[in-house]
This record gives sequence, structure tokens and C-alpha cells, in this order.
Amino acid sequence: MKDIYHALVEIMGERGVSNRPEEIWFYGRDPGVLSPHPPDYVVAPETTEQVQKVVQLANREKIPVVPMGNGMALTGLVIPLKGGIVMDMKRMNKILEVNEMARYVVVEGGTSQGTLKAHLRDHYPNLRHSLPDAPPTTTIAANVALHGQGCLTQQYGFNSDMVTGLEVVMPTGEICKIGSPSLGPYWFSKGPSLPDLSGLFLGWLGTTGIFTKVGLKLFPNKKIREIEIFVTDKAELVPEIIYKLTHLEMLEDLNAWFQPKPLMFKDNYHLNIYFTGDSEKEIEFKRTMIWDALQKFIDNKDGGFMNVQAMKPNLMESPQRGIAAFADVPRGGGFEYSGPITLIELYPRFAAKVVELAEKYDVIYSSAARVISGGHSMMFSISFAFNRADPAMMERVKKALDEATEFALKMGGIPWKPNHFEQKMTMARMDPNTLKLLLMIKQNLDPHGIMNPGNWEVN
Amino acid sequence: MEYARQIEHADIVHRCFRCGYCKFPEDYVDFNCPSYKAFGWDTFSPGGRMWLIRAWLNKELETSPHFSRILYSCVACGNCKDQCVYPRFKDYLLNVFEETKAQLVNEGRIPPEVRDYFKAVSVNGNPYKQPQEERGKWADGLGLKEFTNQEYLFYVGCVGSYDEVGQRMARSVGRLLSETGVSFGILGKEETADGHEVKVLGETGLFTALAEENIMEFKKKGIEKIITLDPHALNVFKKDYPRLGGKFEVFHYTEILAHLISNKHIPLSNYRAKVTYHDPCYLGRHNLIFEPPREVLKGLPGIEFVEMRRNGPSAFCCGGGGGNFFTDMVGPGENSPARVRIREALDTGAEIVAVACPQCAKMLDNAIKSEGLENRLEVLDLAEMVNRVRSIG
Amino acid sequence: MEGGYMNSLKFNEEVCASCPSADCLLKCQYMEFEKDEAHDEMMKIFKGQDSRVLQDCVTCYACEEYCRRGNHPFYLIGERREEKGIYTAPRAITNQWINLTQMQGKQMVGVVKDQALSACFIPELGALGSGELFEDVSPAVTFGAEFMCPAVHTHFAKMSVVKERLPRVMENFKKLGVKEVICLHDECYGTYTSIAQAYGIEVPFKPVYYMDFLLDRLKELKDKIVPLNIKAAYQRPCSNRLIPEKHRLVQEIMDLIGVEVPERKYQGDNSLCCAEIIRSVAGYKLADDIQRRNINDMLEAGAEYCVFNCPACQSSLSEKVTKKGLKPVHIIDLCKTAIGEKGREG
Repeated sequence: MKDIYHALVEIMGERGVSNRPEEIWFYGRDPGVLSPHPPDYVVAPETTEQVQKVVQLANREKIPVVPMGNGMALTGLVIPLKGGIVMDMKRMNKILEVNEMARYVVVEGGTSQGTLKAHLRDHYPNLRHSLPDAPPTTTIAANVALHGQGCLTQQYGFNSDMVTGLEVVMPTGEICKIGSPSLGPYWFSKGPSLPDLSGLFLGWLGTTGIFTKVGLKLFPNKKIREIEIFVTDKAELVPEIIYKLTHLEMLEDLNAWFQPKPLMFKDNYHLNIYFTGDSEKEIEFKRTMIWDALQKFIDNKDGGFMNVQAMKPNLMESPQRGIAAFADVPRGGGFEYSGPITLIELYPRFAAKVVELAEKYDVIYSSAARVISGGHSMMFSISFAFNRADPAMMERVKKALDEATEFALKMGGIPWKPNHFEQKMTMARMDPNTLKLLLMIKQNLDPHGIMNPGNWEVN
Repeated sequence: MEYARQIEHADIVHRCFRCGYCKFPEDYVDFNCPSYKAFGWDTFSPGGRMWLIRAWLNKELETSPHFSRILYSCVACGNCKDQCVYPRFKDYLLNVFEETKAQLVNEGRIPPEVRDYFKAVSVNGNPYKQPQEERGKWADGLGLKEFTNQEYLFYVGCVGSYDEVGQRMARSVGRLLSETGVSFGILGKEETADGHEVKVLGETGLFTALAEENIMEFKKKGIEKIITLDPHALNVFKKDYPRLGGKFEVFHYTEILAHLISNKHIPLSNYRAKVTYHDPCYLGRHNLIFEPPREVLKGLPGIEFVEMRRNGPSAFCCGGGGGNFFTDMVGPGENSPARVRIREALDTGAEIVAVACPQCAKMLDNAIKSEGLENRLEVLDLAEMVNRVRSIG
Repeated sequence: MEGGYMNSLKFNEEVCASCPSADCLLKCQYMEFEKDEAHDEMMKIFKGQDSRVLQDCVTCYACEEYCRRGNHPFYLIGERREEKGIYTAPRAITNQWINLTQMQGKQMVGVVKDQALSACFIPELGALGSGELFEDVSPAVTFGAEFMCPAVHTHFAKMSVVKERLPRVMENFKKLGVKEVICLHDECYGTYTSIAQAYGIEVPFKPVYYMDFLLDRLKELKDKIVPLNIKAAYQRPCSNRLIPEKHRLVQEIMDLIGVEVPERKYQGDNSLCCAEIIRSVAGYKLADDIQRRNINDMLEAGAEYCVFNCPACQSSLSEKVTKKGLKPVHIIDLCKTAIGEKGREG
């Protein structure tokens, strides 16, 4: 057998390859609850060519390749289930191009959310992107690859809907441009008005190729960003509240959340309503529209706007640091969530399920639902915190999350970034012809099954 | 031999989420962890270290040269503890790294460069293996007085005493303080190492010995106030000497300079130059002294002061901390912290990079050479800047 | 603990029935009455009948001041509302306040002997009660839900919460063995005098109003005072209506530290509250209108500063007054500036 390590060194240089125990241990796991599995090698490419050569080698030698950003999806999607090569994309961190007029940016396959945010703030203050609440070290490519969401998702859809073009290294080693970049120098479309090939890669969790470039829509960045928080004690009113708010077509982000602690949040459902504007006049107009939209609930004492002063500094952060801080609630450095996509009208059922699971498995919960595309659906997150030094607790969290996903599927929802167990649950429920299509595409794109194997597999 | 692996802050190690906030400064403009920037592996980031230490404490990982290198490549700049989002344990991140290094020292499993450093300090009293007798030579010809009972001790440190760049700085500061009538004395060849890097590198026994000796000597001489050249000395005198019985009022020379400049004790002439300033980690981030050096620069007529993109609490470390100035665990290369920092200085359009630490001075000076920018950038410490502005006209 | 309360409101029907003025409702800034109508509505409320007052009262507390006979009309309104299940603010907001202020064993107590300095459950009060003015008493600070006056729940017609918690707060103070508690907030002082008296709840210490304490201290430090020579409008908090006899202290303090308080329309009896609770209770339109009139009045009077007595008012109005060119400051901070402890404006 060829010396794979030296072959990798030839491609990557000494700096770019490791099979030392420390890197093997670290890159074989993520901060979620799934069991780790060591890779055989870790590489960190700096160019598309390096990515290509590694994939070509992997194809020849039938070695798995698992691309990763920062590994914060938490559902084990970067764990090399069958060993092989973990490919840390984060050294490909450049911002390649910003087209201000067309409002798009082209980044590399490992460019972080934070880097893009800082770049726009410094050089293009009129533009922003849909920033997720994940830590800023997470990458844009990984986020779109698993249909992530961000602060502009209520307005414009999944972050993957905001892709404007891709450069992909195929599992068989070809470099492929997807969308308008395949025809010219512009990155304004991921597909339309041609057959939309981006669908072969977005949502496939790294099993059909590695993104080396991503085009992403940018959006207007207004001068003022504000928040109102509406609070109700009845989960069954949340769908109607959301319906009324989204009718305004004036909101930025819209999240419905609840958690048992701190005590001031107990037994209530909170809706964070973000809105933006370029002037005080615009902001005050939007604020009164928001208040008026929910007047009926206020009149019936069914809900009201709370004073946001104390919480505002935290809530206006982007990304919100407090979200990562949930991991330390049990003083144990961990949380994981199931965040299925589902209909907003099912909110009360999901809300009840969270509490039921938390009681059944004796785990600490929190939940946040993000409205998508003006209310066509929502991402409902069921989040449980755990103490990493307590394996029994981690196991309970895992079971609770599995049951959450089962429930979501039963309710007709779609799991988001499912771990490989949840993928199997999903495929078991899937329309047989749909599943056949999915597997056929995967088989054709990755004939040797080297790309993140163990994912989107039936057996 | 089986070594028990115990560190004082073991109870926080598993709480790290390896989210990576620690890799960035507050505004995410670029990676701000020097070892992560240099090596590019998550294992060399603070979160990576925490996770590896957890594995090592649980005996899932063995001590190895690579593990040691990962630990010893941390430059202790403190960016991680500022940026970590976990308020209940963020302040102890550097303690965890230091305590783990102390365990490696106990096991004797430390990189040779670190071992050599300890040996030099232990045997020669300084990392340069130079004679103690020559420690005061930096002051030759300046007419500086030995400390008897002046108001301040001017403590120079090993780098200021023996390194060429450090000596230049020490002479500038010494001269300036003397000529402006500040009441101070020096220890000259009686001065001994402050022990800061020894502690950070985990040799707690040697550190305690050095510190206790210094404390005894300082007390014997009646020293109450100290001006340090090196922010590393400032840090250890302020933070670690008190619990060993050494409570002194400690200042950095830039604080004294700022006072002299703002009270117009120094006649200055116009000197046109575009200057940027590099915040030393142990002056800025660790001890929150950001303004006095800036007051000095802004008080110099003709100087156009420009900030680097990452400045103040977000400053990017020169890579000299954590003992790397001596051990060079981070190594050379395009992404070495000092070279990254010099490129950042160049972006400001400045001709001069002002510094306030002899270790930063040397690191950045070398980086200018590596980047081939000798004709475009110059490193000057603040006292040298002031002296330059004094000497014209 | 079951909801059986030992204390009931000491409201005297005879006092109300024989009142010649019905000022409690007649002077109300938010509801309009004819004279006889006001009297009749009050009697209806006492008898437990329906009254529009139970729907329309915005909880500004002013009627506690307007009633010169000490018969606690506002607390009665609260009692009747609760009996009838009438909410002022939405349920979720009401419950949020109840949950937020639950005792959880997280109190902070300094070195307390005979005297305590109560920061209630408001962190800003802890910061205010510091420095030379409070140097003798600040080591004896108490902070936490365990020492929080439950007055805020009267805004939400949850008198039961007040009656359940106040005796427990008294018990917590009693355990400290204090003889005097300096209240840094009108609400605390109002609770330990007005509310406690109205419900016959025993107060095992002497409550001291912070402005009385401040005035004495300023007189002691007279030589240090450098007059501020500024013009200020005073934002009178709702809870001062529970202790109207203390309102005059504001002018005394301002005189001592060289602050001119120009006459304005909304002052004294006619003060406007900060309206932040009114926002939850009666809607944003009314709250915005109140705040607009209040701030315009300050500006028309020629004020440069808006002086606060309550951190909640300060939180509600600081940004708004700043936008209109007024400088927000708490009266304690103004005193600190007068004695040279805090920096003056340029």
C-alpha cells in the first residue's frame, strides 16, 4: 500500500498534514453528544488545487474524506465515521470579491462568518449578510452546505437560498463551477435561469463534494437596528401572533423562545422582533405598526411587550454570545439541539414536546424557533445542555434528541442537519421514489463512496 | 514512572465548548490567537488546548513532544480569556495552561528549548548565559546612580540588561528619566531576574526562589516604588509578588513618561513622522494600561499618530510572550505573529512602529528584516521617540 | 405556603363616605369625573361593584397623595381588581414580574449591625449608595429579592403577592437584627410606611428615607460643597406619591447644592410619572404622550438637566431626554458632583 502520509505531504507540505495523536484525537470528535471516531489523517488545504489533489488521491486509494468548517453543527457531521482524511477548510479564509452594486460576495471554502462580518463593516458598511447565531468561527460554506439560517432568514429564506454560485471539488476530483460562474465572471446566481445544479450539493452534508468557493447574497445594512419583545403565556397564540407580525412585511429576524430559567422567563413564550431602519422616523413607524398589529392580544391581556432595556445589549450582539453560554448552564461545556423545520401552526405541539422530553429524560432545556421566509415555515430548536464530564447525562440528551427528531418527522417536519441516525430515520419515512432519486444522485456523484461516508446511507 | 496528572483548575477544563470565540478579537477581523495563526491547526488554539488537556488528564492522550509543543507555543497573550464567552471560568484559561506546563516540568517532558531556558536562568541568573557581573553594563557612561534611597527603583530586567535592542531601550529610558529629574536608582549588576517567564513556563520552584530572593533584596534596600522597563516585569511584580510577601507600587515607564509629557516637563520640538503603536500584551490586555503610551505619542508635536487595525484590547501579540521570545516555539514563517503584526503596521502607512516593551521591540525588529521592510519601517520605543524629538533643534 | 393572609387592607368606608372632596378620583390625571360621579364610583369600588375605574386606572399612584385622609384608595382599587380577576398589564407581563422578583436565596448582605443600607433588588442602587456620602453605611448594604419591597406588584393588581412577601421581607430584616434601614428608593420607604401601615404589617425597624440621610450628610460636608449652578427639572417618581410628605426634601437638597429648579407645569401634585409601567398597562400611545408632554415641559422651563430619584424612571427616560438635549442624572450623583467626588461637565 502506498505511503498515504507522504503522498499527502507531497500535496500539502509538512505544515498541512498531521497524523499525530493530538490532531487525530481532536479532529475525531465534535462538541455534540455522538461518539467520536478517529481519522487516519488530518489535512488543512490552502488552495482549491490542494483540495482537488487530496480528493483525487482519496478516490484512487478509496480513502474517506470528511470536510469540516469549525465543527459546530454539533450533530457529528464532521466525525469521520469510517476514518480516512478529515479536511479542515479553515485555512482557506479569504474574501475574494465583493460586488457592491449586485450585492454579492465570493468567499473561500473556509472563510468564517466573523471575517466576513468584519470585512463588510470595514469596507462596505451599507452591506450585511445573514449572520447565524453560531460562533463567528463557523464557516459560511458549512453553514450553507447544511441549509443553515441567520438573522435575515425571516426575510429572505435559508442561508442556502442566498447562495449565488459555487465552486465545488467533486468526489471524483473535478473542479466544477455551479451557477452563473460556470458561464462568466459574475456570481449572481446559483442556478436560475438554468437547471439548478446547486441542489446537488446544498444539504448533502459534504457527501457530494467540497465547496472551495461560495458566492453569497449581501443585503442592505441599515443604520439602526431595534428590538421589541412580545410575551404571552399561551403557546397556542404564538402562531397567530407570528402570522400577524409577518403580515407587516417589515421585520428582520423573528424568534419565538422559551426556557425555564432564569425565573423571569418561566411559563412564558417570548417573541424577539427585530426591525431596522435608516432613520428614527422609519424605526418609530415600524415600532407602532408592530405594536398595533398585536393590539388585540394586548386588549385581551393575552400578551404584552416587555421592557427590553436590560436585555438589549446582549440581544443586539450579532452573533449573540449568550447563546453559546447555554453550554455552561450545567457547568459542563455542552449543549446540542434538534432543530427541525416545520409549520408554525404546530408550534404549541412542539413546545409541549420539549417540556415533556426534558421531564422524561431529566435534562435542562431551552427552545427557540426562527421564522423562515415570512412564515412559510419555522426552525424549531429543542436544545438540551449537558455536562461533558457526565456520560450518563450525555446519553440522556442523545435519547431526548432522537425522540425529538422522531416526533418532528411524525408531525411531517424535516430534520435540520440530521446526524447519521436521524438521516436513517428520515430516509425510512421518505417517499420511496424520492429516496431512490437521492441515492442514485449520490451514487453517481460519488461512485467510490469516499465523501463523508456513513451519511445519507441507507444500511 | 507513572505521574499523577493534577492541576488546580482541573474542574473547569471540561467546560470548554471549543466554540472558537477565543481565536478572534472582539470584532472578528482576523484570527487573534498567535499560535493558531502560525500553525493553523485547531489543536494550537485555546479551545484545542483545553480539549487536549482534558484528554491528557483523562489519560486518553499521552505526553509527547507534540503535546508539549502545543502547550509551549501558547504566547500567553490573554486574548482568549478576554474573548471567551463563559464568564464563570474564562479568567482561568491561562492558569490551566500554566498548570499543565508545570506538570510537564515535573515529568521532565518539556521541549529542549524550554529546558535550556530554565538551565540558563538557574545557573547564570539570566537566559543569555551572560555573566552577572555584566548585567549593569547597559548603563555605562550614563551616570545613573545605584539605588540607595531614591523614590523609585528603575528595574531593567534580563532583556534590557543583555539584549542589544533591549539595552538600547534601557539606555533611552534611563537617560530620559535621569535628565528630567525623576528620582531613581538602578541595581546594575546586583539586579536579578524577575522570574515572570519562568513562572509562565511552569517552573514554579525556580520562580518562587527568584521571587523570594528579589523580594528580600528589595525590602532590604527599602524599595517601595518600582518603574519597570519591561511590561513582563510589571506584570509579575503586580500580580504574583504580593502573595509571596512583596507588595510594591509598580509603574511602567510609559506611565511616568505620560505624566512628564502632559505636564510639559520635557521641551520638545517638531518632528514630522507617521507613527503607529503596538500594545504590548502585558501592558495593555493584562494590565489595562492603554492610554499613557498614547498620551506620550499624541503629546509629541508633528507626530501623526495612527492606530493599527487591531489595537488596545484587540491588539495582536508580537509572539514574544509565553517565553517564546527565548524558546521560539512558534517559529518563523510567513504567519509568525511578529511578521503578521508588522504587515498590519505597514497597512497603516506609518514609518515608525512605537513599542513599549523590549521583547516586542526585538520581535518586531526581526520581523521587519524578515519581511524586507528595513527601508519602510522602523521600530522605536517610546523613550527613543521622545529622545529623538528632543534632540532636534 | 397557602394563600391565607393575616393582613387585610384597613380601608375605612366611613372616611370615604364622608369625604367632602372625592379628590382621589376628581384630581386623577387620566380619568374624567363629575364631582358626584367620583364619589359614587369610589363607593361602588368599596362595595365590590363594577366600576370603570377598575378598567381605566393606569396605576400612577397619585390618588394615594390626593387622598388627604390616608384612606388608601389605590390599594383598594388593587384589591378589588384582584378579587374580580382583572389584570392591568397582560398576564404574561404580570407573571414575569412576579417570577423575576422571587426569593431564591441569592441575597448579598454586608456587615450589618444596627443600621442597614437597602439597595432593594436594584443593582443601580448599590452603585449609587457609595462614596463619601454613604461611607459610614455602605458596608452595611443589603441586596436581593429577600430584601426587596414588593410594591411594584401593586401596579399589576397583585396585592396578594405584596401581602405574602412583605412579611417575609420583614422577617429577613428582623433576622439581621437591624434597628434602622436606610431606603435608597421611594418605593422601599413607601412600602415600609404607607403599605405596611395600610395592611397592619409590623415593621421591626425604623425606616429612614435616603433624602433625609442625604440632607444631613450634605450639611455635615457643607464645606466641601461647590454649588453646581445648573438648572434642572425633577422627575418625580410614582412611589413618591406614597410618601408625599417627603417631596419637599428635593428642593432642600437642590438649594444646598446650588441647583435651580425652575417652575414648570408638571410638578408637585401635577407631576407626570415616567410612564413606563403605563406602557404595559394602558398602551404605548398614552405612554408616549405622557413622556412627550413631560419632556417638553422640562425643556420649556429651561432645564439643562433632568434629575431622577428612581433608577426605573432613569432607565425609561434617560435616552429620551438625552435625545432632546437634556442631561440625565440621579440626584445622588448630583450630590456627589457637588462635593467634588464625581467629575463635573466640561
